[in-house]
Amino acid sequence: MSEHDVLNPKQMPLNPEKATLEGKNKFIGFWFFLGGETVLFASLFGTYLALNNSTNGGKSSEELFTLELVFIMTMLLLTSSLTSVYAMYHMKNNAFKKMQLWLGITVALGLGFLGLEIYEFYHYIHHYEFTLRSSAFGSAFYTLVGFHGGHVVFGLSWIVALMIRNSKRGLNLYNAPKFYIASLYWHFIDVVWVFIFTVVYLMGVL
Amino acid sequence: MSTMVATNKRSFGSTLWDYLTTVDHKKIAIMYLIAGGFFFIVGGLEALAIRWQLVKPMNDFVSAGLYNELITMHGTTMIFLAAMPLIFAFMNAVVPLQIGARDVAFPFLNSLGFWLFLFGGILLNVGWITGGAADAGWTAYAPLSIISPGEGVDYYVLGLQISGAGTLIGGINFLVTIVNMRAPGMTYMRMPLFTWTAFVASALILFAFPALTVGLFLMMFDRLFGSGFFDPNMGGNAVIWQHLFWIFGHPEVYILALPAFGIFSEIISTFSKKRLFGYSAMVFATVLIGFLGFMVWAHHMFTVGMGPAANSIFAVATMAIAIPTGIKIFNWLFTLWGGNITINTAMLYSLGFIPTFTMGGMTGVMVAAASADYQYHDSYFVVAHFHYVIVGGVVFALFAATHYWWPKMFGKILNETLGKITFWLFFIGFHMTFFIQHFLGLMGMPRRYWVYLEDQNLDLGNAISTVGAFLMGLGTIVLLYNVVITSVKGEKVGPDPWDARTLEWAIPSPPPFYNFKQLPLIRGLDPLWIEKTEGRSGMTPAEPIGDIHMPNNSILPFVMSLGFFIAGFGFIYQKYDAIWLSLIFIGMGIALGAMLTRSIKDDLGYHIHKEDLEKEAKE
Amino acid sequence: MKEWMGKIRTLSLFSLMVLLLSACGKENLTTFIPKGYGAEESLNVITISTIVMTAVFIVVMVIFIYVVWKFRQKKGEENVIPKQVEGNKTLEIVWTVIPILLLIIIAVPTILVTYDLADQSEIDDSITINVTGKQFWWHFEYANEEIQTSQDLYIPVGEKIYLKMLSSDVIHSFWVPALSGKMDVNPDNENTMYIQAHEEGVYWGKCAEFCGDSHSLMDFKIIAVSKEEYAQWVEDLQNVTADVQPETTTAQEGQAIFEQSCIGCHAIDNTPSAGPNLSNFGDRTTIAGVLEHNEEELVEWIMDPNSKKPGNGMLGAPYLQNKGEITQDDAEKIAEYLMQLKPSEITPNSAQ
Repeated sequence: MSEHDVLNPKQMPLNPEKATLEGKNKFIGFWFFLGGETVLFASLFGTYLALNNSTNGGKSSEELFTLELVFIMTMLLLTSSLTSVYAMYHMKNNAFKKMQLWLGITVALGLGFLGLEIYEFYHYIHHYEFTLRSSAFGSAFYTLVGFHGGHVVFGLSWIVALMIRNSKRGLNLYNAPKFYIASLYWHFIDVVWVFIFTVVYLMGVL
Repeated sequence: MSTMVATNKRSFGSTLWDYLTTVDHKKIAIMYLIAGGFFFIVGGLEALAIRWQLVKPMNDFVSAGLYNELITMHGTTMIFLAAMPLIFAFMNAVVPLQIGARDVAFPFLNSLGFWLFLFGGILLNVGWITGGAADAGWTAYAPLSIISPGEGVDYYVLGLQISGAGTLIGGINFLVTIVNMRAPGMTYMRMPLFTWTAFVASALILFAFPALTVGLFLMMFDRLFGSGFFDPNMGGNAVIWQHLFWIFGHPEVYILALPAFGIFSEIISTFSKKRLFGYSAMVFATVLIGFLGFMVWAHHMFTVGMGPAANSIFAVATMAIAIPTGIKIFNWLFTLWGGNITINTAMLYSLGFIPTFTMGGMTGVMVAAASADYQYHDSYFVVAHFHYVIVGGVVFALFAATHYWWPKMFGKILNETLGKITFWLFFIGFHMTFFIQHFLGLMGMPRRYWVYLEDQNLDLGNAISTVGAFLMGLGTIVLLYNVVITSVKGEKVGPDPWDARTLEWAIPSPPPFYNFKQLPLIRGLDPLWIEKTEGRSGMTPAEPIGDIHMPNNSILPFVMSLGFFIAGFGFIYQKYDAIWLSLIFIGMGIALGAMLTRSIKDDLGYHIHKEDLEKEAKE
Repeated sequence: MKEWMGKIRTLSLFSLMVLLLSACGKENLTTFIPKGYGAEESLNVITISTIVMTAVFIVVMVIFIYVVWKFRQKKGEENVIPKQVEGNKTLEIVWTVIPILLLIIIAVPTILVTYDLADQSEIDDSITINVTGKQFWWHFEYANEEIQTSQDLYIPVGEKIYLKMLSSDVIHSFWVPALSGKMDVNPDNENTMYIQAHEEGVYWGKCAEFCGDSHSLMDFKIIAVSKEEYAQWVEDLQNVTADVQPETTTAQEGQAIFEQSCIGCHAIDNTPSAGPNLSNFGDRTTIAGVLEHNEEELVEWIMDPNSKKPGNGMLGAPYLQNKGEITQDDAEKIAEYLMQLKPSEITPNSAQ
């Protein structure tokens, strides 16, 4: 397949993300990468579980967390995962405009989540003086949730960069895998959040 | 774009630029070999300094502080900056050729992995010139590593973080390469054992390194940003570091050892002129070792106080690894059985490996016995044990691979006489150094001792050990001389100087940059051997000559790694003055900018045209 | 003639034994000559596993030497192609099953001894000592007897002594090779182990977990004495007070300087202290765990502790910050004072 065919395919195949060898490599490689990311978060969760009662006389999870806020954040992120599925659905139908629209919604929801998370951290720091340096629990909390937040920031920047870069030329066999793995990454972030919601927040207040 | 690399002499500048930007796995292999070899020498000099300090009781060759830096940097350098990169050198040089691929799955990432490793390795060593390298042991146990003054341990943390990211990228790259890029007919159960072990080792990298990544992050936060993961005064728990470190650290042993097994399997089979005995059992054993490697990390922690139940479980799980390892030893022996054995340098290392590694395995089972390990643990017995495994297994393999694949990588055979001299010096020196250390340990000498007292019957053993170490050093010098003299005077050899069995020997030495003009058709295990026994001189092509797609060179991996390197200094020195934060922004700006460039700039590669290939064939 | 032969025989036997013993290491330090319960049990497991593993090694070596000798390429056979064998199921099963059986032989005693050495059922009826590891010395508190001591740990022979161990800085590891295997001394969770000496003696103890500059100099001693002697020692130490006046005037002057400059960290009675307890300093086996026990070494230690034990905790002492606060002369007086602190008849010499 020549460069020209990749950038201007005569006909988009059913799974454009896996139509080229490069696309297939990216697809498998990214799944492997997510396997590694899973170990990364598993290690962070393990550390958190070992330290979540080590408050060193400071604030504990029961005193800090309010489920209402976290529930809204969870809803935002879960919905954004769904909207990114729609975007990929439109990608497979070669409906570029619709894909961009749904990706845009995904980004908006992600930003909403991120805003609330920043507010949450701000709240803990200023109202409870609960920081990374407060206790081992504080360190573990901010590191675990912060790592996830960092992933959200990276994921959003990635999707936005792809949207802008390709806004004028539409879908082809070169950028379809890129959109696809960006959305995979977004799903992964979402799954991790489900665990954070359960392990950190639900188990933290119960 | 030019489709052919000019073969005439080029200026130094353009060669340098070529290597800085290359995405060719064979050139990256050479860079790994040079960088890994350099760090091997650095680590070796550190080892000699350690042994000289211990040549007599209460010696004062180096101070306590410097000694601790030496042992820390010796371990860290040898594992992360010498052994791993040298393994990667041979994986890069050989695996794509063995599976009949034109390149790896992600040539760009392959280059990025190398540059991250190199910049990380340099960062690790910067401490030497800024007032002290890391001094908390290569295991960097908290809280000692947290309270270690200066920036030494910071360089350790950031250097390993950066080079570890490179390794992880390399691991993913090889996984995908092996899954997706095999030539027609190259099924999993026809892959050479070196490729198999590279595959399993890459999977271990993928699942082991993230634990180290997290551990290093936590340590960085503790040291540089005031968190309290490992600080008992903040409610932290120092043992968490040990768990994270060894969840990574034990699989790391197999990340090194499995490819070493692969190398020996190739060499023993080639020079016995026999198919590997029990190939499928060997593959099974490889996978099983990789799997069990994740279940046994706590055997490094028998004395931590985990209780008898945990100690017993981890003891038994560890002993279980001896079974697949034993299967491998016996399969090698029975590959030799009935063979027509040529003993050259590569084979000498392989034959020297069998008794040496068997001893390492023996003591491995012995230290796995938790209640006996209460005596061995952190004594010279353990030092002896892991050097038998890592030197007797991995370093012997790397030396063997150097001799075996040197003609494939450089087109010349290393001098055999010099090679044998190196082997005997190194082999005798090795056993002199480490065999006696088993006894030193049980006679009451703990490891990481800067001095030992007089009149404790430890003098003779230590003196013998030091003499052995210098013999190993001598052997290494002869090897270096061999490399130089071969490069200058060595004679060119053909594609298949060893009458070998696997695919890499079917193409010219060194191979053209596109590896295979036509992808070969694989008809079984040892594909080249099959063709040769049927009277053909090379592989049967699986496709007609056509255009070959190649990736573009890129400087971005170098720039990205440089960015992280710069940011590393910012992270460290901001603990003294916030002005250094600017370096973090500059460095991360460079790195993220390069990533963005990579993301938005199309890079579709180029094609070598069929006509050019045909023209080249005629020339 | 016969007598002469006999003498030679005894002599050579004796020298062989000396050689063998020196190859086994220093008595009361080496693990090869166990003098306590834990060391004995561990050595049993070591011996079993060594025997089994050596047998395996011999089998491997026999096959190895045979194949290399037999199948090495001979002249004129360069082009012989051997038979290409795929494998052998029976052999594979043999070398899978036999190792499993061998491992079971090792695993069973391993587990039994692991549980045995972790046994704490008698802790309530036994002497219990709180051990604290610090960079780079050891502190021992006899909780029930209300005795504080450092560096030299006195125990009665033949009894299980439980040690509750905690570090006050980094991780250390408590190892008395001739008596028992090691156990880490962590800063955040207390570990408990027991030791039991079979014979009286002075046993070398070492720190086995890398803990900083003077890790290799963090030695201590365990002094195992008879039960009667131990009881006497406990009684003597319980009666130690700080205000005993020394006999000589130099020592009295030393006491005055000590109370001025040293008492902030050191104790000479059974009160807790930041630095080592010195109440029986005159009877110590060593100074600072590794130096010879004499006034000369002690003076040098006081004047420049870093040269004897790099990075040790005494470097922060105020007298070392204010140059000249303690002169050579003062140090000698302090040394004389400390060397006469001998509250008990029971000393390391009693341990035989």
